[in-house]
Amino acid sequence: MSQTDFLHLMPLIILTVAALVNMLVVAAWRNHKIIYVISAVSFVAAFLSLFELRGITAYTIYPLFVIDGFGVFYIGLILATALLISMLSYAYFEQREEQKEEYYILLILSTLGACTLVISTHFASLFLGLEVLSVALYSLISYLRARKRSDEAGIKYLILAAFSSAFLLFGMALVYFSVGTMTFAGIATAMAGLQELPLLLLTGFGMMIIGIGFKLSVVPFHMWTPDVYEGAPAPVTAFIATVSKAGVLGIMIRFFMEVDGFRYPTLITIFTIVAISSMIAGNLLALMQTNVKRILAYSSISHLGYLLVAFLAGNRMGVEAITFYLVAYFITTVGAFGVVAMLSDPEQDAELLEDYRGLLWRRPWTATAFTAMLLSLAGIPLTAGFVGKFYVLAAGVNEQLWLLVAMLVLNSVIGLYYYIKIIAVMFQQPEAEEETPRRRLRPSIYVASVGTLAILTLLLLLVGVYPTALVDIIQNVFSSAPAMVNR
Amino acid sequence: MILLWMIVILMAGGLLAWLSKKWHPELPRWIALFAVLADFILAVYLWLDAPTATLGASPWLLQLEIPWIPQWGVNFILALDGLSLLMLLLTFFLGILCVLISWREIKVKTGFFHFNLLWVLAGITGVFLTMDLFLFYFFWEVMLIPMYFLIGVWGHANRNYAAYKFFIFTQASGLLMLLSILGLYFIHGAQTGIYTFNYFELLGTSMAPEAARLLMFGFLAAFLVKLPVVPFHSWLPDAHSEAPTAGSVILAGLLLKTGAYGLLRFVLPLFPTATVEFAPWAMLLGAVGIIYGAILAYSQTDLKRLVAYTSVSHMGFIILGVFAFNEWALQGVVMQMIAHGLSTGALFIIAGFLYERLHTRDIGQMGGFWAKAPKMGVIALVFVMASLGLPGLGNFIAEFLTLVGSWQANNWLTVVATIGLVLATAYSLRIMQKVFYEPAPTDHPLPDLTAREMLIAVPMVVLILWLGLYPQPVLDTARPSINQQLQAYQEPEVEEKVAVVAEIPKAELNIEKVKKR
Repeated sequence: MSQTDFLHLMPLIILTVAALVNMLVVAAWRNHKIIYVISAVSFVAAFLSLFELRGITAYTIYPLFVIDGFGVFYIGLILATALLISMLSYAYFEQREEQKEEYYILLILSTLGACTLVISTHFASLFLGLEVLSVALYSLISYLRARKRSDEAGIKYLILAAFSSAFLLFGMALVYFSVGTMTFAGIATAMAGLQELPLLLLTGFGMMIIGIGFKLSVVPFHMWTPDVYEGAPAPVTAFIATVSKAGVLGIMIRFFMEVDGFRYPTLITIFTIVAISSMIAGNLLALMQTNVKRILAYSSISHLGYLLVAFLAGNRMGVEAITFYLVAYFITTVGAFGVVAMLSDPEQDAELLEDYRGLLWRRPWTATAFTAMLLSLAGIPLTAGFVGKFYVLAAGVNEQLWLLVAMLVLNSVIGLYYYIKIIAVMFQQPEAEEETPRRRLRPSIYVASVGTLAILTLLLLLVGVYPTALVDIIQNVFSSAPAMVNR
Repeated sequence: MILLWMIVILMAGGLLAWLSKKWHPELPRWIALFAVLADFILAVYLWLDAPTATLGASPWLLQLEIPWIPQWGVNFILALDGLSLLMLLLTFFLGILCVLISWREIKVKTGFFHFNLLWVLAGITGVFLTMDLFLFYFFWEVMLIPMYFLIGVWGHANRNYAAYKFFIFTQASGLLMLLSILGLYFIHGAQTGIYTFNYFELLGTSMAPEAARLLMFGFLAAFLVKLPVVPFHSWLPDAHSEAPTAGSVILAGLLLKTGAYGLLRFVLPLFPTATVEFAPWAMLLGAVGIIYGAILAYSQTDLKRLVAYTSVSHMGFIILGVFAFNEWALQGVVMQMIAHGLSTGALFIIAGFLYERLHTRDIGQMGGFWAKAPKMGVIALVFVMASLGLPGLGNFIAEFLTLVGSWQANNWLTVVATIGLVLATAYSLRIMQKVFYEPAPTDHPLPDLTAREMLIAVPMVVLILWLGLYPQPVLDTARPSINQQLQAYQEPEVEEKVAVVAEIPKAELNIEKVKKR
């Protein structure tokens, strides 16, 4: 590897170094604040180092990585989200009795895994990234060991993720067996002449889809989602819902665009079925929940279904729509789990609908922020979620995917019901005034959590009202990655 | 710019009202009042400033265009013609009343209440002004959320159910409209290479009949649910009766009108062929709605629910008139929008006054108020008479024009609709009979209207009388823009007249057709 290679991998290197430094500091002196500051600074530094790479046109580090506009944008998205989550985590863990310091090492490592994923062009780097991401998540999920459901969630995720990794590996092996290479470009060349997928290759792809499907938690590989979302600490849930999915989605788009998988009706059928069943199952199951974290878990399943609609559009507009939707969805999801984290007490997360009753009267600003997040999830104008949904719909209508678009509309309406349910609960007037005096938090915690929420809410409205800037950035990103989206 | 200011004033006023609660509990009311009043003055100024003579040349009085999301061809286009202007006047007038009637009724969360109130009005203003379909959808949704909160937070006992139902009905139908908008956008883009949501550019889009039909149904879904037309009306009685008085007034007076406005502004000009095919069915729905609403109104015991069903009945006239495709009927529709906004709004306000005093909406427990509260009785009488279409009051002009117009389009349905007027007499007189004349079941004291309440009621009486006695200014203001909406339907007639000279036997057939239409 040459020196320029290192320069181009700067964000990843910064993260790696940060993880090591944290580990050493923890060994020397346990202090939550210092570790937090190191982590936050390294996220910021990694993010800033991306500015060196903006406007880049596909720098290849053969054979493992390619750094192009797409990769840079997704890394940026992942890093920004991770930074916000670490801010929320600080406020969240400061109030808890656990050993907090290792949490940040794990957070940095899994972020590193996600970043690796989105620039991979080789099965080896793909798998490496995925495992770095997952292994760190195993322990993040069950980080608060003393809590009731945390073991259950951790083990569930461990077993299923390991299982799905095995599927993915087997799929990769089959693909390698039939085409004789593990680089995406090589697979694309080998497949270029094929009109139909041979059975072996199709099986390979099928197994890979199973592996990826588990990570994305789309139906029918979604069983773990609600339990893990419920059992994990709120900031970790936010992390699973956003960063880990962005990484996997990024690599899926890259691989599919590269090998032009949209030519094969079999694959399209598979994805269509997955998309429709994710939307329907996610929304219908969410209707029956009374636990906010579980509602958000099921809603994330259906949102992945919406994203697949844009994915199936399979052209440049579709990829732009996915990217825009992801940004909107991240802002919203981190915000929503941020509210959950903020309202949680040391014993338990604020996850029951009961915990939110009359929130507007107790904490008007928090309630307003949460309402904005939920409306964005429901895709109501003035919020980022609306523009995202509009983009996805436009991509679908443009490619005349009427079935998918109709399903999306139908599901938006179903989804509306349970988002409003939460809002309605928050707006109910409390029966009796039993105002428990709120604990005064230390200013640093207060700034971390309230500041994050304020930033997210403002971003949400900004993107919702003036999406031009973001659309511009995204369109530029994809015009600098012509190889991927030249269809 | 003045158009933009109207929306900005309302939105900024809303935010300010919300925040000002901290400084003084009464401040939100005053801020809201001044914001709406400022807008009303602006609108009146525009009306007086634009004499009818200049209206004749081009229907558009003012226009504003700012790029918003240029990548998608979305522009912030606001444009004002006579129709929009009339709707704006109605909006701000009722807006002022809504602030005034909430003065005593709303006691909790006043800041947030007025925020929602002003944002509903801002959304409605946007809907009436915007000429960009993306923006139209945007405002269409913007007016829903605050309305949902108005019903859900300050409503009566069953408010949650009503708010849900309202929101999900309108949102579902709105999404169908969004799909149609997108379809239109891509069809137009594929044909001309210009991808834009601009209404003026989309106007002449030619498309296959099936496509036009599907797209039209998408738009119709949103507007017919909002109007509401009979099979889609079930959200209305719940929402109207559970909402606080201001909410009911906005719902009946304004939100229903956005549906009618959408039909006039978008469905008629955008899909001229598809609407003609659909017209008999639409008129049938209208006639059914008139009768059905009237019968159900007669059998209600809840005063607000009763008034809500009269809305269903009155909105039947609107769809009957819209799909008659002639100037008479459309003038009637515009008059109906305004007159119904006033008269039904007033009836809801009276229901609100009664509720404040009696804490019930059950008309079984009312009676004998004519003697106890003569002022309220007289005012109620005026609006009950307006609602049944008594000559001299605005609704008469509206219904008369609509019926004259629709007679030219479809005789039998017009006959059915006219029967609805008789039924209107029955349910309207029942209100007066039950609430004011019959002997009182309880001896509950009933204070008469206060000065503030008179301040609300008297201008409405004056306006409804003015509309009934001298409707000419309104008709003049609306005419150019109505002709504009009808342009697509009148052009073929001109061609047919040319054909009369060329080819006599065919021309005779055509004249038949014209007459039928």
